[in-house]
Formats: sequence, structure tokens, C-alpha cells
Amino acid sequence: MSTVFPEDSVGLVTPQLAQFDQPLALACGRSLATYELIYETYGTLNSAASNAVLICHALSGHHHAAGYHSPTDRKPGWWDSCIGPGKPIDTNRFFVVSLNNLGGCNGSTGPSSINPATGKPYGADFPVLTVEDWVHSQARLADRLGIQQWAAVVGGSLGGMQALQWTITYPDRVRHCLDIASAPKLSAQNIAFNEVARQAILTDPEFHGGSFQDQGVIPKRGLMLARMVGHITYLSDDSMGEKFGRELKSDKLNYDFHSVEFQVESYLRYQGEEFSGRFDANTYLLMTKALDYFDPAAAHGGDLAATLANVTADYCVMSFTTDWRFSPARSREIVDALIAARKNVCYLDIDSPYGHDAFLIPTPRYITGFSNYMNRIVC
Amino acid sequence: MRADLEIIQDWIPAGSRVLDLGCGTGELLASLRDHKQVSGYGLEIDPDNIAQCVAKGVNVIEQDLDQGLGNFASNSFDVVVMTQALQAVEYPDRILDEMLRVGRQCIITFPNFGHWRCRWYLATKGRMPVSDFMPYTWYNTPNIHFCTFEDFEALCSERRAQVLDRLAVDHLHRHGWAGKLWPNLLGEIGIYRVSSPGLAEHKVAV
Repeated sequence: MSTVFPEDSVGLVTPQLAQFDQPLALACGRSLATYELIYETYGTLNSAASNAVLICHALSGHHHAAGYHSPTDRKPGWWDSCIGPGKPIDTNRFFVVSLNNLGGCNGSTGPSSINPATGKPYGADFPVLTVEDWVHSQARLADRLGIQQWAAVVGGSLGGMQALQWTITYPDRVRHCLDIASAPKLSAQNIAFNEVARQAILTDPEFHGGSFQDQGVIPKRGLMLARMVGHITYLSDDSMGEKFGRELKSDKLNYDFHSVEFQVESYLRYQGEEFSGRFDANTYLLMTKALDYFDPAAAHGGDLAATLANVTADYCVMSFTTDWRFSPARSREIVDALIAARKNVCYLDIDSPYGHDAFLIPTPRYITGFSNYMNRIVC
Repeated sequence: MRADLEIIQDWIPAGSRVLDLGCGTGELLASLRDHKQVSGYGLEIDPDNIAQCVAKGVNVIEQDLDQGLGNFASNSFDVVVMTQALQAVEYPDRILDEMLRVGRQCIITFPNFGHWRCRWYLATKGRMPVSDFMPYTWYNTPNIHFCTFEDFEALCSERRAQVLDRLAVDHLHRHGWAGKLWPNLLGEIGIYRVSSPGLAEHKVAV
């Protein structure tokens, strides 16, 4: 196995842990006495600490956004296409911080962590978190790293919601916000899909009210179904058609209900299966709730422009033409509110066949627009 | 900078809020920002142009003018600019209405189909005019609504928009005696400043 990484890769990276012992007050009224956040950094923080970029992850994301954990890794981090030397988030210029959110299951404190008060996993007892709670926890990480102000906060999907929330909650701590394939709040249809996913998990007999770890089991079926329904919303009709069409696994129909006949069925089952082996069911529930609850304009009677009145960041909003989970119209709601609030904003609606997943795929126009925006940021 | 943009720049008061429809590579907005403290947005649909706007730090919004300006509040800009796009939009009258609604003043430039060379070409060859300046054939041109200065002014008057300034220039954007003498025959490009009906004229420092 070769240990030479591609030239535009950040190479070998090692996650770090930050322990926080000051209680974090949460939107739900509870607080977390202590917690840990796992994170990675790429590039070098300059002496003025003015070149820091925060990456916010989406529903099933984590801290490992770029580079490799070991020379034998098959795949790099989840956003390696956009983070690295010469890439849109150029690590020759920027100091990039990428964390696993609180409530996650990849190393930060979450439902599967041990509750120091009981010595047992939190399970269902872990508090429900909001996007704003995440932003507060991320601000503490910024303090820890000596970053008073981010050059940019960047995120796609649920990550974009965090980026937007950052500019509202800490207006003087963000200079640029890149809000990609996101929305100012979920639609009824979005919430409906999340509810189907949650019901799949909650009704799995192995869920045990969230205490499945104590029982030594996991609600595999529920997680698998949740991922399958979620995955459909990440792809476009076109990309599914292109990838699978009506192709069959064998050349004849079986006239039964249990065989995997169409390629798309096989693909979804594989995705669900793989996911259920690596993701925590309680974290999945928590992430979908954070999505559902996100609605920064609610505090201003639904007026997003009024909500954004005091922000000082400049924005780059990008959407993708075939994204129907968070369609371009949803991004335009953000853009229109920014215009009404007289803020600086660029908006790109990128032609891509890949649906919601397009924000992870290095389409040339996306990469160019992304790079051009990042390159104009003064550090 | 493009010569027509130089002229327009002079017509825009310092510190204005400007909306540039079909802003191209963002040249005008970047220059206005750097030299006249102008803020605003540019609308564009060409991906390469948009990328260049982004690189210049111009607020570019990917938006098709044919979809209207419904997302912009009435009277929310001092000046709405549209250069060389009137002839390419689906409904020039509707976009003019929208510009007059959103801006206190509008600056519009477009090629004059009443120019003598167009008339001569059509009269002698009996074919739609093709030139270096308007290089397209009739079936593949993005310019789908040609008009003359007279036509445009008739539309303005129908919409009760007041023409505040008019400059007829040649294809190099020079404004000489010919354009003043007989604009509709001798001017190749029209640069118009019009104000919304019902709004008192804003004094513009030229």
C-alpha cells in the first residue's frame, strides 16, 4: 500500500479532543455539566488568528472532513474535494477547524457516551439539542483555539444552518458565511421525512426506549430504514435513473416480496446496512430534531430579514438545480432576506444532476465559484 | 472599462444603492463601489460572468430577468441599471415596469434598430441586418426584441415614465454631433435615464 497522498491532500491527520468543564446551558432548559468535542485542524493559524475557517457538518457527518487517518485508508475525509492545498478551502491560506457536533457519535459527547453522573451511557437521557446549542458549543471551541473571529463559517445542508445561525448568534465573530444547499427552516415535507425516519427507529423492538446499549443490542432495522428513506431524499430522480434505472439484479422477475430484484433496492439496502453498523440511533433522532426545530426567524415573527438585521457577515449562498430536499427556492428565501436586510450576498444556483448530495461533489462550476469566493476573503 | 459603463458611472450619484440587471462580469458595480461608495447587487445568469463577479467581490445574484424582480421591494434602490439587455428579455415592457417600481431612477442602454446602417441594410439587401456590432443571424440571435429610440420613448411615455437624459452614441460609445442632430437615424446605442412616474426628479450630479 502506497503511503504517498495526493498532492492536493492535507495528508495524514490526527483528531484531537477538547474537554469542557463549564456547564453548557441548552435551549431545552437542561445543561451539560461537562462534555468533550473531537475535532481536526488543517493548515496553520496565522499570528493574528485571522485565517480560521469553521466547517459545520450535516446530519450524519463528523470531524473527519479532509485527509487520511492512516496510510491504508481507502477514502479521505467527507469533504476532501473542497478542503486542501489549492482547493476551494485552501489550506495553504486558511486554518481549518472541523469538529464532530455535540450529540454526535464519532467521538464528541453524545447519547452513546458514558454519563459521568451515572457511569452508564446517556442513551435516551441525552438532552435534545438545537442548532443554536451547537453554535454555542463551537464558540467555546473557538475560544479554546484562540480564535476570536472566523474568517468564514462554512457548511452544507444542516451545516449551512449552523453557519447561518453563527452569523445571527455571534455577529462579530464571523466575517463570511458560506451557506450551501441549505434552508432557513424545514418545510412540512422535510419534517415529514424526518418523522418517518424517527418512527422507523422508535418502533424498532431493539430500540428499548433509547436504552438499547444497556441491553447490548442496536435497533439495526430502524436505523437502516431511516437511512434508506433519508438517502432517497439526497439523490435526484435523474441521478437515481442514471445510476440504476429499472435495472434488475438477475434477468427475471421472481414474483415474490422478499427478493431483492431491482438494483436500486440492493443499493438502498446496502447503504442502510452499512449506516446501521456505524451510526448511533439516538444521535440520528437528535440530529433530525435539530433540523426540525431550526427556525431562526421564529423569534422575529417569521421575518427572516428582521432576524438578519444585525448580522455583519458577508454571505455566499449556493444551491443545486436538482436538489429537492433543500431546493434552490429555499436558498433564495435566505438570499431575498439578506437583500431586504441590505447585506452583502452572492448567490449561485449550480446546474448539477446530483440532487442534495451535489454539495459534496466537485462539479467544476461549484468548485470555481466556491474558490473564487474563498480567495477574496482577506485574512 | 466599457465606454457605455464610463458614461453610466457619471450618471450615478455617489453613495447610491444600485441594482444592475445583467451585470456581466461586475465591472460597473466594482468600479462604482471603489470610486463612488455605491452599494448594491447585480443580477446575472451566465456562469462565467457570475464567477468573475464573485472574484471581484461584487454582490452577484443568479437570477433570470425574465422571472421578474418580485423579490425586490418597491423603491428599494436609487438607480436600477440595465445595459444592452432590453432587446434580449422576453417582455421588455414588463421589465421596464419592474425597474420603475424597484428604482427611483433607471438607466437603460440598448442598440438602436433605427440607425441608418440597419435601415440601409434592410432597404438594399432585404435581409435582417448583420454587422460586427450585431453579429447574429435572425434565427440564432439572443436579441429578440429590437426597437428604435422612438419606439422606446413611446413605451416610456405610455408608462408615464419621464425621460431625464438621453445620449445617442456610436458603437464605440462616442457621442458627437451626429447623435445629437438626428439620434434615431445616426445613433447606434441609446443611453437613457428615466424616472418612475409620480416621483419627483432626483437631482443627479453629472
